[in-house]
Amino acid sequence: MPIAHEFEYAKPETIEEAVGILDKHGSGAQVLAGGTDIVPGLRDGLMKPGLVVDIKGIAGLAGIEHRGNVLRVGALATFTDLIESELVQERVPLLYEMAMTVASVGVRNRATITGNICSAVPSCDSGPVLLVHDASIDVTGPDGKRVIPIAEWFTGPKTTALGSAEIVTSVSLPVPQGDHGAAYVKLGRYRGEDLAQASVAVLALPDNEYRVAFGAVAPTPVCAPGIEKLLRGKVIDDALIDDAKKLVAKETAPIADIRASREYREHMLPIMLERGLRAAAARLGGKGPQYGATLI
Amino acid sequence: MKRSITLNVNGEGRSVDVEPNETLLEVLRERLGIKSPKIGCERGDCGSCTVLLDGRSVRSCLILAVELDGHEIVTIEGLSKNGLTELQQAFIDNNSFQCGFCAPGIMLAATELLARNPSPTEDEVKEAISGNLCRCTGYEPIVKAVLEVSGKGGGRQNG
Ligand code: FES
Ligand code: FES
Repeated sequence: MPIAHEFEYAKPETIEEAVGILDKHGSGAQVLAGGTDIVPGLRDGLMKPGLVVDIKGIAGLAGIEHRGNVLRVGALATFTDLIESELVQERVPLLYEMAMTVASVGVRNRATITGNICSAVPSCDSGPVLLVHDASIDVTGPDGKRVIPIAEWFTGPKTTALGSAEIVTSVSLPVPQGDHGAAYVKLGRYRGEDLAQASVAVLALPDNEYRVAFGAVAPTPVCAPGIEKLLRGKVIDDALIDDAKKLVAKETAPIADIRASREYREHMLPIMLERGLRAAAARLGGKGPQYGATLI
Repeated sequence: MKRSITLNVNGEGRSVDVEPNETLLEVLRERLGIKSPKIGCERGDCGSCTVLLDGRSVRSCLILAVELDGHEIVTIEGLSKNGLTELQQAFIDNNSFQCGFCAPGIMLAATELLARNPSPTEDEVKEAISGNLCRCTGYEPIVKAVLEVSGKGGGRQNG
C-alpha cells in the first residue's frame, strides 16, 4: 500500500539550517533519520507532517567517539554502528548487548539509537540501558544547545522533553571507570522484529553499587531506585536476590497489551531481574556469559 | 513536489523523478521494473523487500526513495549478473525454497552476512536471517545452504 499522505522533503546541510526549518514549520515538520519508525507512521496515517526533514546530510551527527571519559554516540549512529564499534564493545558493552536484541539486521542497519528514544515507545530497548548508564541527550534548538538528562527525557508513552524545533545531536554516556559488569535481559516472543514484552537493564559497579531499570512495564522506561537502595553495598547472594525480587511489583506497573498479559509480565519480571543481577555481577568479576548471549 | 534522484542500481546509473512519499520498494518495482524485492508486510517485519544499500541489507519498504540520491542498490538481479554465486548454487542444491517469496530477501541477507563474516556459525546464520520470514520451509534447508558455503567465500559476487 503506497503512502497516501503527501508531504514535502528537505535535506538541510547544517544543524542551524535544520533548526531554522523546524522553527518555521513547528509541529508540521517531522525529523527523519533511519526512518524505520517514521515510514510506517506515515503509511499508517499516524503522522501527517507537511514536511519531512532528513538530517542525514548534516555533517558531524555521525560516528561514535570516546573523549574525556564520555562516549558520544552521534544522532545518526545506527544499532549496527554500535554493534560493530570496538569502543562500545570495550567501554560500554551493555550498549552492544542491547543493540544485538533490536529487531533484525536489516532494521539495525538503518535504525538509530537516537530515533529509538525519540519515538519513545515504552518498550524501547535503548531506554533502560541509557537510564542505568546515566546518559544525557545533547540537543540544539533555536535558543542554542542544551543537555537533557535521560531521567528527564521520557515524559510519557511516545512523548519526550524535546522541543518541537529542537534536534538531538548526540547521546552521551559517562564511561564507568574501573571494572564494571552489566546485563540486558529482554523478553520477546521470537528473535527478529519483536518488541520487548518486558526488559531489564542492570549495571554492577565496584563496591557493590548497582543500577537497575525496566522497559515495557510502565508508561516510560523506568529506574528502580528502591531495588538499587536495597542492593547498595551488599554482595549479591541468593537471599539478597530474593529480597530484590519482592520489590519488583513496587517499581513497575505492567499492563496487558497485544504482546503479553499483565500477569505474564508480572511473573517474568522477577525472574528476569535475577538473571540480570547474576549475569552483571559475574561479568563484573570477569566471569559470566559473554556479552550478547541470550539471558532468558 | 517531484525530485530527481540518481541511483546506482545493480551497477547502472538510473535517474528517476520521485514524489517524497514513494518508497524505495515502489520505485524499484514500479518505476525501474526490478521485481525481486517483494511486497510483504510493508512495515519492516518480514524482510521480503530486502535490498543491499551501499552493501548493507535494508528494508526497502522503510526507506523513502528521495533519501537515496547518489546511493548504490544491489538486488538479486545484480547479484547474479555474471552467473549464480556459490551461495545461490548452494540454495539450489539444498532445495532451500518452495514458493520462493522469501528467497530474494534471504539471499541478500545471507550475502551480507558472508561478506562481513566469511565463516559464520549456525547461530550467527540464524541471527542474520531472523528478520526474514519464510512461510514454507521451516528454515532448515536455508540454514544448511548458508553453512555449506561458510568458510568458502560463497557470499562473494562473481566477476
Ligand atoms: S515488506 Fe518490507 S519488511 Fe516486509
Ligand atoms: S519459500 Fe515460501 S516463504 Fe520461504
